[in-house]
This record gives sequence, structure tokens and C-alpha cells, in this order.
Amino acid sequence: MLSPRNEDELAEIVRSSQDPLAVQGGNTRGMAPEGIALTVTGLSGISLYEPGALTMVVKAGTTLAEVNDALQSENQRLAFEPMDYRGLLGTDGEPTIGGVVAANISGPRRVAVGSCRDFVLGVRFVTGSGQIIKNGGRVMKNVTGYDLVKLMAGSRGTLGILTEVSLKVLPQPETESTVILHSLDDRTAVKAMSKALGSPFEVTGAACLPSRDITVLRLEGFTESVRYRSQRLADLLTEFGNAETTRNKEDSAEIWRGICDAKSFHDHEGDVWRFSVKPSDGPNLTDRLETTELMYDWGGGLIWLKSGRGTNMRAQVGKFSGHATLVRADQETRDRIGMFQPALPSVAALSDGLRAQFDPRGILNAGLMTAA
Amino acid sequence: MQMPEPNPTILSLKPRLVTRLTSVLPKDAVIHEISETRAYECDALSAYRCPPLIVVLPSTTREVSDILKICYEEGVPVVPRGSGTSLAGGALPTADCVILGVARMNEIIEVDYDNRIIRVQTGRTNLSITGAVEDEDFFYAPDPSSQLACAIAGNIAMNSGGAHCLKYGVTTNNLLGVTMVQMDGTIVELGGAHLDSGGYDLLGLICGSEGQLGVVTEATLRILRKPEGARPVLMGYESNEVAGEVVSDIIKAGVLPVAIEFMDRPCIEACEAFAKAGYPICDALLIIEVEGSEEEIDMQLGLIKQIAAKHDPIEIREAADADEASRIWLGRKSAFGAMGQINDYMCLDGTIPVSSLPYVLRRIGEMSKNYGLNVANVFHAGDGNMHPLILFDANKPGDLETCEAFGADILKLCVEVGGCLTGEHGVGIEKRDLMSHQYTRDDIEAQMAVKDVFDPNWLLNPAKVFPLEDSESRRMHTMAAE
Ligand SMILES: Cc1cc2nc3c(=O)[nH]c(=O)nc-3n(C[C@H](O)[C@H](O)[C@H](O)COP(=O)(O)OP(=O)(O)OC[C@H]3O[C@@H](n4cnc5c(N)ncnc54)[C@H](O)[C@@H]3O)c2cc1C
Repeated sequence: MLSPRNEDELAEIVRSSQDPLAVQGGNTRGMAPEGIALTVTGLSGISLYEPGALTMVVKAGTTLAEVNDALQSENQRLAFEPMDYRGLLGTDGEPTIGGVVAANISGPRRVAVGSCRDFVLGVRFVTGSGQIIKNGGRVMKNVTGYDLVKLMAGSRGTLGILTEVSLKVLPQPETESTVILHSLDDRTAVKAMSKALGSPFEVTGAACLPSRDITVLRLEGFTESVRYRSQRLADLLTEFGNAETTRNKEDSAEIWRGICDAKSFHDHEGDVWRFSVKPSDGPNLTDRLETTELMYDWGGGLIWLKSGRGTNMRAQVGKFSGHATLVRADQETRDRIGMFQPALPSVAALSDGLRAQFDPRGILNAGLMTAA
Repeated sequence: MQMPEPNPTILSLKPRLVTRLTSVLPKDAVIHEISETRAYECDALSAYRCPPLIVVLPSTTREVSDILKICYEEGVPVVPRGSGTSLAGGALPTADCVILGVARMNEIIEVDYDNRIIRVQTGRTNLSITGAVEDEDFFYAPDPSSQLACAIAGNIAMNSGGAHCLKYGVTTNNLLGVTMVQMDGTIVELGGAHLDSGGYDLLGLICGSEGQLGVVTEATLRILRKPEGARPVLMGYESNEVAGEVVSDIIKAGVLPVAIEFMDRPCIEACEAFAKAGYPICDALLIIEVEGSEEEIDMQLGLIKQIAAKHDPIEIREAADADEASRIWLGRKSAFGAMGQINDYMCLDGTIPVSSLPYVLRRIGEMSKNYGLNVANVFHAGDGNMHPLILFDANKPGDLETCEAFGADILKLCVEVGGCLTGEHGVGIEKRDLMSHQYTRDDIEAQMAVKDVFDPNWLLNPAKVFPLEDSESRRMHTMAAE
């Protein structure tokens, strides 16, 4: 296992490497591409944190736990609510901030505030040629040159190895509350979520858990404001039945922790898929699929589902607009079906072109993010 | 600002190009008489002008593709254009270029309230997006001050922001999909109505690429439900430092206003003289706006006023009704107009870490004395995006050059304190040669490598964004291939 202690060492390793490198943060996603394992956990620590400016600069190998602790002490947080994959994938290890950014991991709050990539202000990374590149910065508005920050977020270490990221952080709200609707079929649930998200009450989470027969809507902010908006939202949704509201902040938080981490999929039976679609398309799509467990997040736009082992859900659903990721399956299935949605030829040509520019020797996470 | 010499071979191609372009476009969509192309000789950075070779005004993505294919085959540079309000010279032509204007592409393709999206052709103006959905109480959040005129095309190319982006983000945070045509005519669909990207985030890469990677013809944008209400509060302080602390304290207290605007003394004085908004004359003025129901607004403003009061304000004024609210905004909104009355001005837009505000304002004051030019500051204080307005006299020989040198020094200062050259206006030609102050050669090379993939012959808006000497070999290579 290669474990550089700083950016220069990392660049030197990449530059002189003759072999493919498998880049790891906390290794909680268990991606295991080919090559010599290289961990960035040696690049660790918070370089700068200015709560009054809502910004934090942090080395890529820093654990998410360390980042969260620092933020918590100032009553702030990562608003994009990164999912913890360990329960779902049965992996251990400590998630790192670099891994979160590299996979653009975003939770239920994405529907209101944006995804991980929307909160990354700047990056430093090492290309496949061993060059150290910076892009963006640590200020909230920056349009100087191309936005390679977005390109790096979600590229899963295939274009460069992140060494440092600058993040926009947000205040921790005083409280939260969840409005719960019961016994809605999928279509009606998506309608209810649309109505809630299209209301002025600033819903920061909208999910439907058919197996528990509930549809849940989250509100966050100052106590009085949350109380007011919960009431108004429940009133708005009377056509969907009697709404219940969580008794306290903890009950609400627990619901959303479970949704964020896809808790209802934690038993290790079957494969797990994640579909990203236009919210109102969701129910039509799931009609076409045989699933044993199902959950809608992002107002219906994010669908988690469980299938029998080795089933190609992408093929089962046929043509659709959006994309599907095979999140959990054995190696054979992953190799056969491919984890990521194959891109249209025009888009694939651009992606391949970028990969060839940033990693001309094809040594960074080779095999990952390629079409099956 | 230097621009590359026009390529004589391309200039001599004009008659053939006109013929070829008229074969794929209606006659009135190809403009080539010098009396008419002159209307496209500049954008809002009007100190620089150059009529293009030809202007084309397509109506469909297919037409855009046909145009680009022809220009690609003929090796002719293309400069995309929305409404021409760029303050950075992004839409400035060269004599040997075809201007591709999307102004006629202004249709609304789809409005979908259930999924909270609108799909439009990109020639549509920013304000008219909100106009199309406000009957249902929805709006499109990014609100550049130029929103009456500027097009979504330009907003996407520049990743434009606005006064309310502290809460709602800038263009890139509100853009879900585009149809884009590459220089060789290939039509690409990126994103859509779903909320994240399956592969690389090419959509995020396109946004802010200043018309250098492709011509964006259609866009899917997020629309949001309007808040129940909004109300501003105004507060005046004796020093910039104190006003800076107030902003930081408010943010730390967990209140997230939709807008925090800052004006310094020269700006306040000019606005008062021009708009008579009744501002207190002081060193630093803050306008802070919050949203929600009446009760929620009362509560948030209560907290803000409490924090503000701890710092000895000269005045705190809360809007009692809509009329007072608009008076509070009146001065701020007329700031640019007020400056234009007094003088010619250049508007900069560097961003700084909010914590270095007092230091930067002090240094700008010192430089102003050295250069002998006055400067007024308007500032999106919540996100550190400054708008220093340098006043000069365009009729006085040498004044523009002095102003540009002063501007460059201010932007270098922004970078020095940890900020950047441009927060929302883009690099264009204006900040092109300053890029090396913010980025190393390798950093710039990595960005140019992206253009190599999307536009290998460097024909799309080629003389912008990157220092000319850095992009030269790529641009020359194309010429030599002629
Ligand atoms: C008074 C005033 C106030 C302003 N206030 C703000 C503000 O508050 N916030 C802010 O961010 N900006 C502001 N601006 C700057 C400007 O309005 C924005 O940059 C705007 O987005 C430009 O839009 P446009 O349609 O006029 O683009 P243009 O000026 O026509 O072009 C801008 C850039 O976009 C490219 N482009 C145009 N169309 C396309 C296309 N279809 N495909 C690809 N590339 C294309 C051009 O090549 C050029 O590089 C202001 C300008 C003025 C004059």
C-alpha cells in the first residue's frame, strides 16, 4: 500500500509509477479497481476554517468525522448531507472528505440546497501525469477560468487524485421536524411530494418509503418558524390524508439518517440499484421492475431498489431518461452489467477525451467509470 | 487589450461563406453588410470594438449545427453571442469571425411545475424566465442586475450570479440540463430533469466556459416557489471594519439572509445625489434582506437587529411596508446608473474572503490616491464578491489606460488575499492576461486541455479567457493548417 504524506510525495509517486494505481480514501465504497493500492489518508487535516465566511479548506484524506466535529463545534454542517455507505455495503474504514467529493455523494437535502458538487469551492489534485493542479479557490463566487471543480467532483479519482478541497458550509439549524403522510400509493406519494416541494415552506427532504407505508417531508430552521411551516404544510396537504408531525428533533433526525444511509437496504440480500430520474417518471419506471425493496428520495427523483442477485435492472427498465447505478452486487455481476450507466456516444467521446488528457497513461483507477 | 491579427485567408473567404451560410439559413438570418454588422461590434465592455466578418441569427438547434459545420470546414472562428451585455468582452468579435447570435431562439419549450423545471431556448432573457412562471408564484432564482436584457445563453456561459445568490446559488446551481452544439456540428444532450450526473459532470464544466466549448441552444432550469414575503433592513456604520464584523456575526448566528449588500461612502454619496433614497451618509451601509412569512421575517430581523445594535450603528432602518422596502433598495439598484451620471466607469468584480474586506478596502483607498482616480465600492458582502467602480474620463487621453492599470492592481490584490479575479462577470478579454496571477502555467494548461477535447481546432471564441501567449500555439496551429 502506497501512502504518501503530502501532495509532493503523491505527485512523485504518480509521476514515477509504471503500474496502474487504485486510489483510496477510507475505502468505504469497496470499489477496488485494478492496480497498486494508494491511500490519501496521509494527507490529512483542516487547513483553514472561517465560520464567519462559511468556508473550510481541508486535506482530502481527512476523515468525515473530523470535519463534522470541527463544524459541529461552531454549530455548522455540510449541508449536502453525505451518505454513509458502510451499512449498505458492509464495508468498514472511515469515510474521507476526498472520497465524498470524488463520488459527489449527496443526501436527501440535495433536493433543496444542491449536491456535494454545489458546495465545493475549490480543489487541488494530482493528474495522471503527476502534475499538481489547482482550480477554483476558497471564495463563494468564482468564475475565473473553467470550472474543473465540477469535473473533479464525481470523477472518482479517474481524472486526478484530490489532495485538498475547499467547501462552503452552512449553519446548523436550530431544529427540524418531519411531516408524515400515511398509506399513499407511489403515484400519489410523488404528487404529495411535488406539492410540498412546490410550496413556499422550504421543504429540505421529501421521501417515500413504501415498505413502511409512509411519505415524509422535512422542515428545518428556527423553532417557531419550523412549527409554523409544519402546520401550514400539513394544511396544504389535507387532500393526502391526515398528516402526523414528529414529536421532537431527534425523531425527525433519525428518520432522515435512515433515508440518507438507505437503512432499509442494509440486510445483505440481493443487489441494490440507484436510479436518478425526473421525479414524476419514478412510479412509471418502478412499475416495470421487479423489486423486493423500494425507496423514493428527492421528491421521487432518486429511487433506491433491491433486486434479485445478478438481475440487470437497466435492461429490464428499457429506455428511460436519467441514469442507473448498480451500487451493490458481487464482482461477477458488476463486471458483467457495469456499475455506471453507459453514456450516449457523443457524451462518451467527450468523457474519454477528457480522461485521455488528464490521465494519458490510463493509470488512475483504471477500469472504473468505463462502460461495461 | 490586444487581440490577434485577423487571418487574411479567412477575410478573403467572406463571399463563399455568405453563400454557404445562406444555403442553410433564411436570407434575413445572415448579416454581412458592414453597416449592419457594426451593431455587433462590441458588448458592454464598449471600450473595445471590432465589427465581425458575418453575423448569423439561427432559430433552431439544427440551424446552429449547420452553421457550425460550415465554419468548421472552412476553419472560421465563431464567437457565440446572447444579448451582448458581457462586461468582460466575452462577446467581442474579431474581424475574421462569425458572430453566432441566439437572440431569435427565445421559445419556451416546456414548463413543468410538478417537477419544478422550465426548458427554454437560450436566447430567452433571464427576467422573462421568471415572467413565464410568476403567475403560478414560481421564479428563476439567479438575478443578475442586467436581467432585463441578458440571455440565459450568456448566463450559462458566464455562470452569472445576482444579489440573491447567497441563498439560491448562481447559474450552475440552478441548471439541470443543456442541448449544446460542438464546433464540428455534433449535437450533445447533457443532464435533463434529473438531479445528478451519471458520468463526469460535463454540465458543470460547460457552465462558465465562456462560449469556448460549445454553443448552448436549449437549457433545463430549476424554478422555485416564491417565498411568502421578503423584507430588507438598512444599517449604517462609521467604519468598514465594523460593518464587516456585523456581517460575520450575523452569519455565525445561523441566520442566512437572501442578500447582504454593502456600499462604501463614495458610493453612498453618489447614490444619494442621484436617487435621493434617503440613506444616512456614513462610511459603510449594509442592506440585508430576509424571507419568509411575516412572523418569520420579524423573528429573523429581530435577531439581525440585535446583532447590529451591539456594534454601534449610526442608524438601523427596517422597512415598514413595501414602499419603504423599495426605497431601501432604490439607492443600491441605481448605483451603477448614478456612477454613469457622474463619469465613465469601469466595473470590476473580484471576490475576496469576507474576512479581508476592511484590509482590501483600505488598500483600494490608498491606490485610488496614487492613481488619481476615484473609486466607489458596491459589494455582495455575504459572499465576498466586490464591485469596485473606478471612475475615469474616456475623453481624457491616457485615463482609460490608467484606469485599467488601477483595475488590474485591485484584482491582483483580490488574488493576493486568497480571492479571485472574477466572481460573476467572467474573464473574457478583460482579465485574460491576469490569469497567470491566479493560476500557474500547469493550471492554465489543464484548462486548455479541456478545450482541446471539445474544440480541437480552437475555433470557438479562441482569443478569450487564456493569456494570448499561452493559447498562441494552439490558435496558430489551426491557422497553419489552413
Ligand atoms: C448593467 C449591467 C449589470 C450587470 N450585472 C450583472 C450581475 O449582477 N451579475 C452577473 O453575473 N453579471 C452581470 N452583468 C454581466 C452580464 O450581464 C452577464 O455576464 C450576462 O450573463 C451576459 O449575458 P448575455 O446574454 O448578454 O451574453 P453575451 O454578452 O452576449 O455573451 C457573454 C458570453 O457568453 C457567450 N455566449 C453567448 N451565447 C452563448 C451560447 N449560446 N453558447 C455558448 N456561449 C455563449 C459569449 O461568447 C460570451 O463569451 C451585468 C452587465 C451589465 C451591462
